[in-house]
Amino acid sequence: MDKAITKDTYRSQSRMKLREWREGWLFASPFIIGFIVLWLGPMLYSMFIVTQDWNLLRAPRFVGFDNILHMLKDSLLVKSLKATAIYTFLSVPLQIIFALVLALALNNQIKGKVAYRTVFFLPTVVPTVAVALGWLTIFYPSGGLLNYYLKLNIRWLINPDYAIYALVIMSLWTIGTQMIICLAGLQNIPKELEDAAQVDGTNNWQKFFYITIPLISPILLYLLIIGFINSFQVFAIALIMTNGGPQNSTLFMVLYIYTLGFKRFNMGYAATLAWLLFIFIMAFTVVQFKLANKWVYYDSQT
Amino acid sequence: MNKYLEKFFRVFLYVSITILAILFLIPIVWVIVTSLKLPGQVYTEPPIWIPKDIIWTNYVDIFTRVPLLHYGLNSIIVAGLSTIGTLISCSLVAFSLARLKWPGRDFVFLMVLGTMMLPAVVTLIPTYVIYTRLHWVDTYYPLVLPSWLGANAFNIFLLRQFMYGIPHELDEAARMDGASSIRILFQIMYPLSKPALATVTIFSFLGSYNDLLGPAMYITTNIKYTLPMALYALAGTYGQFWPYVMAASVLMTLPIILIFVLFQNQFIRGIQMTGLAGR
Repeated sequence: MDKAITKDTYRSQSRMKLREWREGWLFASPFIIGFIVLWLGPMLYSMFIVTQDWNLLRAPRFVGFDNILHMLKDSLLVKSLKATAIYTFLSVPLQIIFALVLALALNNQIKGKVAYRTVFFLPTVVPTVAVALGWLTIFYPSGGLLNYYLKLNIRWLINPDYAIYALVIMSLWTIGTQMIICLAGLQNIPKELEDAAQVDGTNNWQKFFYITIPLISPILLYLLIIGFINSFQVFAIALIMTNGGPQNSTLFMVLYIYTLGFKRFNMGYAATLAWLLFIFIMAFTVVQFKLANKWVYYDSQT
Repeated sequence: MNKYLEKFFRVFLYVSITILAILFLIPIVWVIVTSLKLPGQVYTEPPIWIPKDIIWTNYVDIFTRVPLLHYGLNSIIVAGLSTIGTLISCSLVAFSLARLKWPGRDFVFLMVLGTMMLPAVVTLIPTYVIYTRLHWVDTYYPLVLPSWLGANAFNIFLLRQFMYGIPHELDEAARMDGASSIRILFQIMYPLSKPALATVTIFSFLGSYNDLLGPAMYITTNIKYTLPMALYALAGTYGQFWPYVMAASVLMTLPIILIFVLFQNQFIRGIQMTGLAGR
């Protein structure tokens, strides 16, 4: 465009820039409004609710730090944290390892690969409620599939010591999405690297540890972080399978908070625990990111 | 020597994944089989895999005793409205982040990323209180409204990454021809973003259809239940008639399986996109 830049052109260009600014803000406004209305506002409001004793039927009553003090003496909270921690720290790594193993298996030239992939992915499509109800019968102490075929006598969802592990076992059934993501990551490994390694005479174990793992480590990190964040907030399976029982051994945090807020209408304390869980998850995520520098390999590293 | 090892490995591989595949299918088969049994045949030892009499009427019974169709419609309405909201709001925001230049844009993008990591649990109680004040409890507003405000930051992220990868020449040419941003969005971005939009549609719909916590918090009238709540309540009422519960579970899952079968490639591609986009 050979037009000389006149003052009019300059003015219309900056007018266009302003227009783009306006449009940018306008188009992004749903999220910005949503962030204020659904996140920032509620979080600030929640900090206020923490200082109140409120059951929504009558006016809130200021109690200051009482909720926090109660939190420090709550033995049920300890149980809840323990249950949430055991479930999360067991199921997330196990899920990822299992998903990775399946992905590695399916990454070879296999006849019917698509069929296998579908079968392993299908459970994640089934609604959580249906999954929970279906597995209830499998865990039944007498006549349930698990106990009968493995010749066990464990009272899975009835014995407080075992209920959590039943839920962990069940979580291994829905690893479909993790498997697909691992597969995508494995297929992204450049063939030249594997071929070069082959030529250099590395054996399969070396290939796995020095090529495969580092190159999919970003994906593993992603799966770990998202996995932990989601697992810490599990709700439906705890509600349906055990309702937090037996003896509160599966009272996951979100279920506990739900019970406090929506069954006992103790809003102040529920908000307090919600903040506790929030801080805990955020802290854990930050730690994960810090540790990631030690083991995650990024292409851009020199 | 190496050739025998390779062959052994391949056989081992086939056998292992076949066994695992069968194990994975067992719960699904079990649910279907159990839904066709008599109540007394659910917990037998040994477990019954092929009942003597196949009770097809379980499905008819549960359908007539429980208004499953009505609950299904509730679910579809909520999920449908949520999905439309997600598509509109998330694509607008994604377009703004991917294509338009404006002050604060990168900060907003960081906010989107941050929201993906924030545990939503901290917003449960306060938003409930707010909705109570608005008298929106026991309505569908709390379930649908967040989608219209870009609540699912992940969808924004996915669409933004996708749009970012679309070559700039197309919209630059359009701009030189005087096209407005709206036209660029509708006539260039949307058609070219179909795979990502399809993914967002599927996962948004499924997420809403399967959601239990939202309805558990906000819906108190039985007739307004969505399917997850209805199924959960049903399991309580018909606990002694487990085949009924299994039949209802199958009925609830069938539409999803259908969607999955029809759009399997979309599903898989969508998940791969999310996984690789999330690096």
